[in-house]
Amino acid sequence: MTAGAVRVRPARWRRIPLHVVVVGLAVIWAVPLLGLVVSAFRPSWAVLSSGWWESFALPGDYTLENYRRVLDRDGMALSLFNSLAVVVPATVLTVTLGAAAAYALAAMRFRLRGAVLLTVVALIIVPIQITLVPLLRVFNALDLTGSFLGIWLVHVGFGLPFAVYLLHNFFAGIPSELFEAAEMDGASRSQIFFSIVLPVARPALAALAIFDFVWTWNDLLVALIFLGGFRDVAPMTVAVSQLVASRGDGWEILTSAAVLSVLVPMAVFVALQRHFVRGLLAGVSKG
Amino acid sequence: MIADRIVLTLAATAAIVVAGWAYLRLGDRALAALPRGAHRRLAPWLFAGPAVAMVLLALAFPAVVTVGWSFVGADGGFVGFANYTQTLSDEVTRIALRNTVLWVVLLPSLAVLAGLAIAVLADRVRYGALVKAALFLPIAISAVAAGVIWSFMYDYQPPGAAQTATLNAVVTALGGEPVAWIVDTATNNYALIGATLWTQAGFAMVIFGAALRAVPDELLEAARLDGASEWTAFRHVTLPFLAPTVVVVATTMTVTALKAFDIVYVMTNGNYGTDVLSTVMYRALFTAKDNGLAGAVATILMLTVVPIMVFNVRQFRRESGAA
Repeated sequence: MTAGAVRVRPARWRRIPLHVVVVGLAVIWAVPLLGLVVSAFRPSWAVLSSGWWESFALPGDYTLENYRRVLDRDGMALSLFNSLAVVVPATVLTVTLGAAAAYALAAMRFRLRGAVLLTVVALIIVPIQITLVPLLRVFNALDLTGSFLGIWLVHVGFGLPFAVYLLHNFFAGIPSELFEAAEMDGASRSQIFFSIVLPVARPALAALAIFDFVWTWNDLLVALIFLGGFRDVAPMTVAVSQLVASRGDGWEILTSAAVLSVLVPMAVFVALQRHFVRGLLAGVSKG
Repeated sequence: MIADRIVLTLAATAAIVVAGWAYLRLGDRALAALPRGAHRRLAPWLFAGPAVAMVLLALAFPAVVTVGWSFVGADGGFVGFANYTQTLSDEVTRIALRNTVLWVVLLPSLAVLAGLAIAVLADRVRYGALVKAALFLPIAISAVAAGVIWSFMYDYQPPGAAQTATLNAVVTALGGEPVAWIVDTATNNYALIGATLWTQAGFAMVIFGAALRAVPDELLEAARLDGASEWTAFRHVTLPFLAPTVVVVATTMTVTALKAFDIVYVMTNGNYGTDVLSTVMYRALFTAKDNGLAGAVATILMLTVVPIMVFNVRQFRRESGAA
């Protein structure tokens, strides 16, 4: 891994520390991922007796058996679709409600507008733990624990402050003449919203949707509490954490389950990283 | 069962889109029938109402109720600060508070350091894009998967046995004794913070990368023409420009550190002196089933976040006031 440093011409010896730092950090960040992916394809006897890096010396000793077992016997296939059933509707609902609210906050003047905005900004970082005791009581009373409807509502409630904040920042940047001109032409507010605001805001909506999708997919705490640990509704994060608890050192099983659990968010993230980064930056750097 | 989930996903998504559209179109038309003044007053709430209601019901109201619960005893009566004194005098909570301090000091500073280092240095080597990708990918990885990945990195076999985990293989190859990273109280909290840093540094890198592009090239050129070394140019031109970004990254990471739960839950479940406030709260809620105690721990956690909340709100007021 020191190839970068070796290739440096003697005249550039001063750059060696630079290469050491950069390559060093890259190795620290890449090796755990490499170890995960390689181990997930190794048979259990091999994982028990040798390190994943030694498998490169014995090529051919890779298997898909771990995945077959995790998907089937450990129910990860169902968990994959449970995750989708939790995440997709929750994300769509968050974006829908967030966009409508952000439009009102950015384009209309009304009493309490300032108060609503400041509350939203304050609530972005509120620890969800502060809501768990009463929400869980209400959920138990209404028999919502373990239902998809219940977890959608919780995720939407937690996701909305960031959604409204991000979209408000974007909508506030749309020239108000655009709205006023449409209003002059007799367009109603909902017509303006659907035919002007949403199309113009497509990049911001995409950024938010991707951000929210990955965030909700990766959640453990909310799913753990509001889906109540029932196996048949457990999303992938809960399923993986249950596997960790039940087979502490079956590394070939745990690594293949972990690989499966990151596939979808990773694919979304890599394919749409431009949007993701824009969402991330809009969320943190501008007021 | 899988087919059920697919149908549910698609049906719910379609229902949300159609219902959202119908609600706004019909609501708008209903408002148009009202007198002009009422129309103007109510229209904003047609759009903002559902989101505001959801946030009040799922966040604001439960938060107030939790604070109320923290003053209620197991028998349902008002007990003053008894839940607070009980939890704060408990050894477990004290360890959690100590660990939380460790998290809050280390995670933001290391994330700023690593993120800034890569954002600045990767552009100076030819393989920079590859290096950035290595830090970028873990952003999408859940803390649960990161917990598996790093438990595997930190795994331990007794001395003499084959070390099949990466870190101890390196340690023994260098002639050292294998370390039980996750069990040993001298290392385990750092091990957990390190795993979290691994998922978060890319985030810092992205933010610093964007901020760096805003540093005017002419200023750097001028400094170099004046004979400034790269380090001096960085120190006196780039760094002052990045100061606000350092604050943004550090506060975001502080909040991440305060809320840390998943990594600890998966890697140690709070054992071996690795508890943080979130895991203590989770156990009070589920194992002890003591709502008052859980409420008190949650309120303490909430209080630790309040300074950053106030800071963010002030920042927002200043920026939106200036705009």
